[in-house]
Amino acid sequence: MDNHRGVLVCGEIGEGKLAPITIELLGVGRKLADELDEDLSVLLMGSQAGSLGQETIAYGADNVYVAEDSLLDHYNSDAYTQVAADLCREMSPSIVLLGHTDIGSDLAPRLNARLGGGLATGCLALSIDPETRLLVSTRPVFGGNAHATVVSKSAKPQMATIRPKTVPPAERDDSRQGRIIPVESKLDPSAIKVKVVERVKEEVEGIKLEDAEVVVVGGRGIGSAENFEMLRELANVLGGAVGATRPPCDEGWVPATLQVGQSGRMVSPKLYIGVALSGAMAHISGILGSKVIVAINKDEEANIFNVAHFGIVADYKEVLPPLTAKLKELVGS
Amino acid sequence: MNIIVCVKQVPDPEIPPAKFQIDPEKKQVIPPPGVPPVISVFDERAVEAACRLKDEHGGKITAISMGSEQAADVIKHTIAMGADEGFLIHDPLFENLDSFGTAYVLSKAIQKIGEYDLVLCGREAADWGAEQVGSILAEMLGIPVVTRVFDIQAVDGALRVKRVVSDGFEVLEAPTPCLATVSGEIGLPRLPTGVRLMMVRRKQIPVWKAQDIGVESSELDKVNAHTEITALSVPTRKTECEIITGDTPGDAAVNLAVKLAELM
Ligand SMILES: Cc1cc2nc3c(=O)[nH]c(=O)nc-3n(C[C@H](O)[C@H](O)[C@H](O)COP(=O)(O)OP(=O)(O)OC[C@H]3O[C@@H](n4cnc5c(N)ncnc54)[C@H](O)[C@@H]3O)c2cc1C
Ligand SMILES: Nc1ncnc2c1ncn2[C@@H]1O[C@H](COP(=O)(O)O)[C@@H](O)[C@H]1O
Repeated sequence: MDNHRGVLVCGEIGEGKLAPITIELLGVGRKLADELDEDLSVLLMGSQAGSLGQETIAYGADNVYVAEDSLLDHYNSDAYTQVAADLCREMSPSIVLLGHTDIGSDLAPRLNARLGGGLATGCLALSIDPETRLLVSTRPVFGGNAHATVVSKSAKPQMATIRPKTVPPAERDDSRQGRIIPVESKLDPSAIKVKVVERVKEEVEGIKLEDAEVVVVGGRGIGSAENFEMLRELANVLGGAVGATRPPCDEGWVPATLQVGQSGRMVSPKLYIGVALSGAMAHISGILGSKVIVAINKDEEANIFNVAHFGIVADYKEVLPPLTAKLKELVGS
Repeated sequence: MNIIVCVKQVPDPEIPPAKFQIDPEKKQVIPPPGVPPVISVFDERAVEAACRLKDEHGGKITAISMGSEQAADVIKHTIAMGADEGFLIHDPLFENLDSFGTAYVLSKAIQKIGEYDLVLCGREAADWGAEQVGSILAEMLGIPVVTRVFDIQAVDGALRVKRVVSDGFEVLEAPTPCLATVSGEIGLPRLPTGVRLMMVRRKQIPVWKAQDIGVESSELDKVNAHTEITALSVPTRKTECEIITGDTPGDAAVNLAVKLAELM
């Protein structure tokens, strides 16, 4: 028998609060821990970590390890890897969960490389095999064209990163009990080789793609930067945000930060409108959380019609202006 | 500056989803017949990043690819884009390796090459896309790593790199040697020039086998025992799409607006 026990979540703090992904990880982590009848622990890093301990317990943690060090206030790959690896070596978790986010996608493979575990990245679902009690991770591969189930049979810890918004967040219950355990930070500043010089926020006008209830996405068929204006007008009427597939970003018609899909942003709006895009799986896998999918494409064979609820087969230039005008009249905003 | 770029050959990811086929028993993807495999998209952008650095500072670009004999084509493509030389790492031992196994073999090849200032990888491979090999490779080589990079400048013997994050970017300073994984935001890769294409056509790409880079089968077995794919499936998601029509596209648009307004 090996001595690896328990589930550890590497939490993220954003603007002094538990990041949404952390609460999602707590939700799925609690389930896995209960199935194994083991503890759920969370690692929080940064000077504010301690103040979030009680809340983390309310969201389901049995133990919250807090590494309070101002060197950890912002993500630094070298620093975070060091602290997380030290903790993992000390407490030997059986499972380590992270978000498939800016932080988790960088930290997870490095941490795993140091620990010699088995990692599945960008997962959509996690479960415990009742017979082997091993973690079973499902992740999209080949740009979302296929799903692979990944198991780490002997390597420990079993690690996974989960895509944001793919599992329901944990429910808060302030009556929960747990322990807050300070991590003796042995952070060696000389081990920080790569330094963050500057963080630049690129303000986008209007609503953030991830938060928007309506998302209008344009594809290669839009043809130019100017033509994106038509999409902006439609999005404005609906109080939504504009995104793009990869080609318009590559061509510089829109900023690269607007890319939606498996290597861009994941969106899950109430209404998604895809305009002049074919519906490649690498794009589709970023929009599957959308409630209603609408496609406008002049090619009736386009794959987007296989996932859409409503479609129009026509040149988008003839569709968008009257669509926007009529919607303005009907929902007017 | 000496740059090593890791490039992988993958089945063309741009085939229509309807043509995508798997063998669920073998847990493998069946390459689409008649469609040649290509260089993985982000790896091509890593080559672009290397070429931009070379344009500005001179130096040498060496490409390595672990794969089948056919993967010599991606090395040729890389050289046609501007790399100076390349090696194909090919051995029956190297089939079906996981991320650790792959990183291990690449690390051995890089150690054989010896001198380098920068190792570049793609952010994720376009096939199994684990987004892991670069980071594991860096840990194995004992060098720092910066992931999801879209701009690299050499300043005073160090590197200034920009890393994509969801609300903008970070500027980081990294010492050399280090490893960076390149993201799509770096922009379109250059097209190979006609002259270089001609030159590369008849070029023999050297092949390194396990023994050439000092990989022992027993050691590789140990390193490779991390993850296993236990099932592979194609997700089915068929939605009944209601095609909205009208006498003209404009009429269809109006009809769609009415439907959508009901939902809002
Ligand atoms: C590893 C990997 C990751 C990737 N990540 C992403 C990602 O995150 N996001 C992403 O978007 N892509 C991603 N891609 C790329 C993806 O595979 C596709 O290449 C891309 O999504 C195609 O964009 P598109 O649909 O706009 O272009 P195309 O496939 O060229 O489709 C254009 C469509 O526009 C239609 N059209 C043209 N003109 C008009 C008109 N006037 N009116 C109406 N319709 C018109 C055409 O019929 C066609 O269907 C990734 C690829 C790989 C390999
Ligand atoms: N067989 C290979 N040969 C060369 N480079 C590879 C190979 N596999 C992975 N890589 C590199 O590692 C990156 C990340 O791969 P992955 O972790 O599989 O997504 C790729 O973009 C390549 O740069």
